[in-house]
Amino acid sequence: MTLSREQIAERVARDIPTGAYVNLGIGQPTRVATYLRPEQRVVLHTENGMLGMGPEAGGNDVDPDLINAGKVPVTESPGASYFHHADSFAMMRGGHLDVCVMGAFQVSASGDLANWHTGEAAAIPAVGGAMDLAIGAKDVFVMMALFAKDGAAKLVKECSYPLTGVACVSRVYTEHAVFHLTERGVVVTETFGTTLDELRARMDVPLLSPEA
Amino acid sequence: MIELCPDTDAAVRGITDGATVLIGGFGRAGMPFALIDAVLQAGPRELTVVNNNAGNGTTGLAALLAAGQVRKMICSFPRQSDSFVFDELYRAGKVELELVPQGTLAERIRAGGAGIGGFYTPTGVGTPLAAGKEVRRIDGRDYLLEHPIRADVALIRAHVADETGNLVYRKTARNFGPIMAAAATLTVAEVDRVVPTGRLDPEHVVTPGIFVDRVVVTEQEAVA
Repeated sequence: MTLSREQIAERVARDIPTGAYVNLGIGQPTRVATYLRPEQRVVLHTENGMLGMGPEAGGNDVDPDLINAGKVPVTESPGASYFHHADSFAMMRGGHLDVCVMGAFQVSASGDLANWHTGEAAAIPAVGGAMDLAIGAKDVFVMMALFAKDGAAKLVKECSYPLTGVACVSRVYTEHAVFHLTERGVVVTETFGTTLDELRARMDVPLLSPEA
Repeated sequence: MIELCPDTDAAVRGITDGATVLIGGFGRAGMPFALIDAVLQAGPRELTVVNNNAGNGTTGLAALLAAGQVRKMICSFPRQSDSFVFDELYRAGKVELELVPQGTLAERIRAGGAGIGGFYTPTGVGTPLAAGKEVRRIDGRDYLLEHPIRADVALIRAHVADETGNLVYRKTARNFGPIMAAAATLTVAEVDRVVPTGRLDPEHVVTPGIFVDRVVVTEQEAVA
């Protein structure tokens, strides 16, 4: 069976190292937080200026001064701290975050990331913290659908969309497979409801098995 | 010394046409709504505004844009579900956009306040936002030269001020406040309350009063 979006989030959560400082991008990556176990002791960073972000706030817990990067009201975890934007991005750019998880339009076999702009003339460009996260976090995990609506693979030899960062992605989690982008190439470490050969038939990127 | 202003009109007086204005806030958190409303009333035009976003809904920065007072936005994330005011102006060619990665925006403002003439950052290397920027290889890694942002005015929101202008913020509403306060010729802070000098624990002061010129107490806008 292919994985649902929730199952992809759950799969990513399992691979977050114990004690890691982690930034979860806006949108689907936010769902990863739901599946982090307390014993993983993960500390969540939100780039608008907080470490130790807790779950989304509801009801009386909603405080307009306490939001995440997606501008959703959130809560404090014990040990939380607040800081200004320059410090927050020093944590990101300075290599202090262990993992960030982002969505993507495309990822290249060499780890180039395209996730901020479709390149369409009518689109209003908005980049936010994506470029800082891409080059700053020690590990950049991408979670995305492996194929676009037209059937084209989104893990490609070269990105055709404008880049967010060069050679920065280390892993790609999709509904069909988990890909590790290594120096020897793209290694498929797990498949879900498909086989390595079936994926090879649908993708241009050379795919390696873990044993190879 | 700081000036404690009786109202927001007094707090924003003297902002001229063509001024560069840093406006604090990330989304609505930390946005100085009352000061922006006063700027709307005072009516300076041709402003260059620096904010992370480009307005939400129809209030605050969005209202300033809708009134046609903003010539240029310098921001990192203008496109949001409720940024229709900016979207329309941008598509009609009525407002200029300088798009800056969020961390670069923060560091350019920090540099402006700290007297730094420029800095090299790895953010944006190899992307369209590197166009026209000097690339420097340092210890085997490529960096882009970025320039500081200094402004005529900073409008920020803090939680508490003392009569010396020392500021304490609240939660994620701190965001750009401390770095913007330092990067402007005139820094105006709207706050929930002012306490006598000596009442804030010096260990807890986030923005020292040296960076603040005017303080005004305002009611925080109710959540929409």
